[in-house]
Formats: sequence, C-alpha cells, structure tokens
Amino acid sequence: MSTPIDSNTSWKDMTIGGNIYDAGNARNFTTGDWRSVKPIYLAEKCKQCGLCFPVCPDDAIPVNKEQKRENFNYDYCKGCGVCAKVCPFGAIIME
Amino acid sequence: MSIRERLSGNEAVSIAMKQINPDVVAAFPITPSTEIPQYFSTFVSNGAVDTEFVAVESEHSAMSACIGAEAAGARAMTATSANGLSLMWEMLYIASSLRLPIVMSLVNRAVSGPLNIHNDHSDAMGARDSGWIQLFSENNQEAYDNILMAHRIAEHKDVLLPLMVCQDGFITSHSIENIELLEDEKVKSFVGTYKPEHYLLNDKEPIAIGPLDLQSYLFEHKRQQSEAMRNAKRVILEVSEEFEKLTGRHYGFFEEYKLSDAEIAVVCMNSTAGTAKYTVDELRKNGIKAGLLKIRCFRPFPAEEVANSLKHLKAIAVLDKADSLNAAGGALYEDVVAGMFTSNIHVPTINYVYGIGGRDTKSTDIEKVFSELSTVAKTGDIGNPYRYLGVRGEN
Repeated sequence: MSTPIDSNTSWKDMTIGGNIYDAGNARNFTTGDWRSVKPIYLAEKCKQCGLCFPVCPDDAIPVNKEQKRENFNYDYCKGCGVCAKVCPFGAIIME
Repeated sequence: MSIRERLSGNEAVSIAMKQINPDVVAAFPITPSTEIPQYFSTFVSNGAVDTEFVAVESEHSAMSACIGAEAAGARAMTATSANGLSLMWEMLYIASSLRLPIVMSLVNRAVSGPLNIHNDHSDAMGARDSGWIQLFSENNQEAYDNILMAHRIAEHKDVLLPLMVCQDGFITSHSIENIELLEDEKVKSFVGTYKPEHYLLNDKEPIAIGPLDLQSYLFEHKRQQSEAMRNAKRVILEVSEEFEKLTGRHYGFFEEYKLSDAEIAVVCMNSTAGTAKYTVDELRKNGIKAGLLKIRCFRPFPAEEVANSLKHLKAIAVLDKADSLNAAGGALYEDVVAGMFTSNIHVPTINYVYGIGGRDTKSTDIEKVFSELSTVAKTGDIGNPYRYLGVRGEN
C-alpha cells in the first residue's frame, strides 16, 4: 500500500514517473467534475430492467446486492448521457 | 589479464553487449549502427547470449519494446542512428519520464535532409533535452568502456534514467583499432544483475505505470527527473572510479589534455578529440601552449566543472558538430558559455560549427582554429563568435 499523494504532495514524496503501487486505483480517480449536464434518476419510472449500468463507461450507477440499481454516484459521472439514451422507460433525464 | 583485440567501434559495442547479456535487445537496422544488432543477432543465434532479440518493424517499435521490457523488469538495450533516433522521438521521452534505465548505443550520423548517412552530432543534439544521459566516446575503447559502465549508472536507485552512449558514425564505428577487452566474468561481476524495486511482472505487487498526469502532478515528476540528472553526476563519477580500479582506465565528466598550462584551448566531443590531441602535440613542439577539453558527459552537463577547468585560458573555441540553426551558437557552445557566465568566468570564447554531414576534419583544420584563437587571445576581441570550419564560402 503506497502513501496517499494529492495536489499538496512535494515532488520529494511522490512516486517516480507517477507509478501507482496499488491495484484497483481507478476508484480513487473521480471524474465527476468534468460534467456539464447530469442525469436525474426517476425511481418511480424505473423498471429495474438492467440496461443502464452496463453502458456506463465509469462507475456512476451503483448496483446493490439485490441486483437493483440505486441513485447516481456523481463522483464518477461525466454526464455523457448514454444511460439516458438507453433507458426505454424515460426513467433517466439529462439536465 | 585483459584481452588485447582489434575491433571496430560497432564490434566493440556488440561485444560489450554480449558480455552484458541483457534480457532483451530490440533494434531496427540503420546505417551506421546496423552492424551492432547484426553482430548481436549472431550471438543470439549461436547461443552465446540468452537474450530475447526482438526484430521490430521500426525504431518507434524498437524503443517501445525496450520500454515494455524494462517496465516488466528486464534489462533492455538497443542501437540506432540519426533518423532512427528521430523515429524514436516520442518514446525517448516516455522512457525517461517512466524512469526506465534502457541503454542505447547511438552511432552518430547526420539527421536528413537532404539525405546523408555520414557523421555529425545532429541526432544526439536533437535528443539533448529528452531526459537521457548522454556519454560521448572518442574511440572504440571509450565506446566499449562507456557501454560497460552504462547500466551501473542508469540503474542506480538515485538515477533511474535511460542512457545513450554516442560514438562517431563510420569514423570510429567502422574503423578497426586496438582495444583492451575485459574478461566476460569481470564484466558480469562489474555490471551485476538488474534488480528493479518495482516492475510489472511482480505478482506480489500489482502496479500501474504511466498513468494520466495532469496539472497537479506533471511538474513534480519533471522536477524529480531533473534531480535524477543531478544525482547522475555523482553516480557517473563513482562508477567511473570503480571502473578505473578494475581497468586502470580513467574517466570523468571530461578529459583535460595538456590543459592545465594551456593558454588557448579547444572544446569538442567524440573522435575529433583524437585529431585535436595530435594538433595540440604538434603546436606544443613550436612552443604554442595549446590544450584540449574533451567532453565525455554531455547530459548531465557538468557546467560548473567545465567552467572551472577553462577559467585560466586566454581564449577558447568550442567545436559543435551540429548546427543549432538558431542564428546563434551550437548546443555545446551555448552550454559552455552559459556555464562560464554563471560561474562569473569571462574568457573570450568562440564557436565553430564543423564536420557537418561527415565533412572531413583534418589536423590542419584544427590548426586553423588554434591560429585564430591566438589572434583572439592577443587582441581580446572575439570578432564574429559564430564561425564555421570547413564549409565552402567562409574564410
């Protein structure tokens, strides 16, 4: 496990070449601040068909242990709108 | 006892590579460095080495394969010249920024165009800011010795930078001279095995190499590279000292030839130093106090040390075998004068661009430089600082 590095870390304490000595580190890279529009989840229209979360290019649609999708995790949502396009029930709108 | 042989520069380098027996060699043939992978591939075929030889389809791929191999945890080497190095351009920066200590033999040749296969230093000078350590070699012996020292310098934990060993295309790469080789066993124990701390094939530590590095981080990583280049100065001297104990052959940042009592001196790199030594000897017979500073270590550039070794002179000529085409001086000239200025040393210093595209540089040419230097020393007036040596249409 490597030491956490953020935008206050001195060059002396950073890993060389930006190497990351931990697996599964993409989770630590939040891409939500790239967004200009965001998807809104309308739970009452959702049939839990399962079409939206596989098309999410990041990790913005959490699925729980009951195999049901939950509300968006905006930390990883770039606002691409693919989920809204794929939803057959109008349960995701972009605004 | 060392082995006395007679070899060309390319043969010397390929034999050094055989003795090092790296894990991977990936190379694409280009004149005048072609013979290095050619000879090395015969060592592979004959079972003299157990290297994985990757016959790639381009130099971009050659450097990419070296990067992949080195990142995986292997020791990788390559060789190229001129336009081959140009095609590696993108990957040179990847190699140095990912801190992969790849070792390259660069057989210096003019970068086209118009098309030319002969020697100058435009290939190496183009890569001078790419974050590679650059060592220059006067002859086949130095090319061999520099390759033997290369991994020890590049792989040092305080350095971790790629390194290129330069020698002059055809002039030394294809000329057969006497050479002293080390025994295989001595090379093996001097160079040692490559034991990277972090590498991709380590299943105990899954890692990511070369991730996205935006505004908050790239600057710090470049600062680290810069520190590594500073550290390389210390490590180059340490390794060279150890090499001297083994072989009796002395290496530093540069070689001072009859410089300590000289009044006028030439600064140059690679094979021209041999011609300059002969010229210095001839001039000394006539009582002219001529000297030479031959740069071995161009990156990192030992600015302070160079300035210090030149401070007692009355006039200096820096010889650049590549024109920076900047309406000012060549790369070596600019580094030398900047180093002197920063150390508050002000000796009249002129620049000669010479030997472009393999134009022969004879002792009479170097004599002409010293003769013009005598005038500069006498008058203190440098006149035109940006001069040419051996081009038609100039005096």
